[in-house]
Amino acid sequence: MIPLSYYLTLGAILFGISIAGIFLNRKNIIIILMCIELMLLAVNMNFIAFSYFLGDVAGQVFVFFILTVAAAEAAIGLAILVVLFRNRGTINVADLDQLQG
Amino acid sequence: MNNIGLATPEIFLLCAICIILVGDLFVAEERRPLAYMLSQVSLLITLLLTWYISPATGSVTAFSGSFVMDQMSNVCKSWILIVSIGVFLYSRDYVNSRKITSGEYYTLALSGVLGMMIMVSSSTMLTLYLGLELLSLSLYALVALNRHDARSSEAAMKYFVLGALASGALLYGISMIYGATGSLHFDQIAVKLAEDSNSTAAIFGLAFVVVGIAFKFGAAPFHMWVPDVYDGAPTSVALYISAAPKIAAFALAMRFLVDGLGTAHGSWQGMLIILAVMSLVLGNIIALAQVSFKRLLAYSTISHVGFILMGILAGTNEGYAAAMFYAITYAITSMGAFGIILAMDRMDVDINLLTDLRGLFRRNPVYAAVMMVLLVSMTGVPPTVGFYAKLAVLKAVVDVDLIWLAVIAVVMSVVGAFYYLRVIKYMFFDDPAEPTPVVAPFDVQLGLTLNGAAMIFFGFFPGLIMVACMAAFAG
Repeated sequence: MIPLSYYLTLGAILFGISIAGIFLNRKNIIIILMCIELMLLAVNMNFIAFSYFLGDVAGQVFVFFILTVAAAEAAIGLAILVVLFRNRGTINVADLDQLQG
Repeated sequence: MNNIGLATPEIFLLCAICIILVGDLFVAEERRPLAYMLSQVSLLITLLLTWYISPATGSVTAFSGSFVMDQMSNVCKSWILIVSIGVFLYSRDYVNSRKITSGEYYTLALSGVLGMMIMVSSSTMLTLYLGLELLSLSLYALVALNRHDARSSEAAMKYFVLGALASGALLYGISMIYGATGSLHFDQIAVKLAEDSNSTAAIFGLAFVVVGIAFKFGAAPFHMWVPDVYDGAPTSVALYISAAPKIAAFALAMRFLVDGLGTAHGSWQGMLIILAVMSLVLGNIIALAQVSFKRLLAYSTISHVGFILMGILAGTNEGYAAAMFYAITYAITSMGAFGIILAMDRMDVDINLLTDLRGLFRRNPVYAAVMMVLLVSMTGVPPTVGFYAKLAVLKAVVDVDLIWLAVIAVVMSVVGAFYYLRVIKYMFFDDPAEPTPVVAPFDVQLGLTLNGAAMIFFGFFPGLIMVACMAAFAG
């Protein structure tokens, strides 16, 4: 039987990777979108582990809602990305510098 | 108990959104104002339904305890709806003249209102999260609504990435609190934490939740998106973001920190103090250096958020009521300020620089006077409502012996007075760059005048709002 702490550690590592990915990545917005998805999946891992060990089904229900919202979020993110690419011709993170001050 | 009837206002608004969305597709181009009329009527009916449904005292729950109607939700919902009606009125002409697809503007903005209402009425972390995401997703799309403007899409992208990051942090915190307490219901979380108030996992989760809340509020150091979004988004959307979501963010903080984690007050008070001090200092000082009026308003928002947080961190019922009063009156003030910018905007010209406001007094004395009252209220000078709001918050903070915090807040307000007064100087004492008078339709003019008058009226009679705020937290 794998103890709860292993799952939580895995969740924390995935969460850490996704945060690092968002802040370290200077090249491509698509990678940022992937990191956001990874972050939500890390949270799902936490929820399922807790739900199993607490013997409470509410955590799994929450996971379904997170998956649905993540899909909607990805759709909006990609839509904004397409609009941005049409206007600027680039999706390089470093090029997003028109708004400053 | 599934008291589904308690959610009648939300259900009605949802149906109205669907009708407007589909109806807009079948309406000819020249009859587009229909979407505006329908939106205003549905907001009004939702408001009446909220008043009709609301219980006189106490709280009632529906949907197996995941949806709650209490005094706080009534007051917040009422003001969210009233402010949204004003927002739609001010943005109508802008949306029409910019060829922004107006049907989409109204449906997205209404979904945002629905999200805020769900957030305000949530009593589990699940409903809270769903309401928050409904609001956030609508806002991302709204910011990008001006499809041919590179600045608009850049602002949307920044807002989206930071907002999604905030949601992720909030969710991670929620999962930790769920794991520590074994429940998603705020009341059960409170019971569990009362037994074991030093639960490490819950405090760990709390830190993430506070980060998420601070992002949604736009409190420093999580404020990076605010100036960019205010500057890049279409002005009507900046107006929308600056007004009602502040009330909803207040409700978000209250539900989470007070209803759910109230017993951990000692832990989150310190975090909120840091956020409040940083917001007050950074917001006011960076605002001094702004040449863009929208960015100035953005940094001034950040400093006002500091005040709202001060009321919450006091941890007393008076503090909560003061913070609620502040959030409501700030939403009305900010709505008026952006309303004037929208009234000054003409076809293809967006007012953005401070110097664009030069000589407004000669171009339209009424608007200049209204703007002056709004700015004076933001500064916090009596007899405007801003003075009373600041006073109530400061009193709550002093009552819990955080006198140094109150001193910082007052000093920073004095710093803030400089940039507000500078705008007034531009409006009244400088010559206009172009002498054309600013004209607006009668209903917008009436709305703006009432908005300015409300600042003074509620300054003399703050009790009209304050009584409801106090009642929301009494007992």
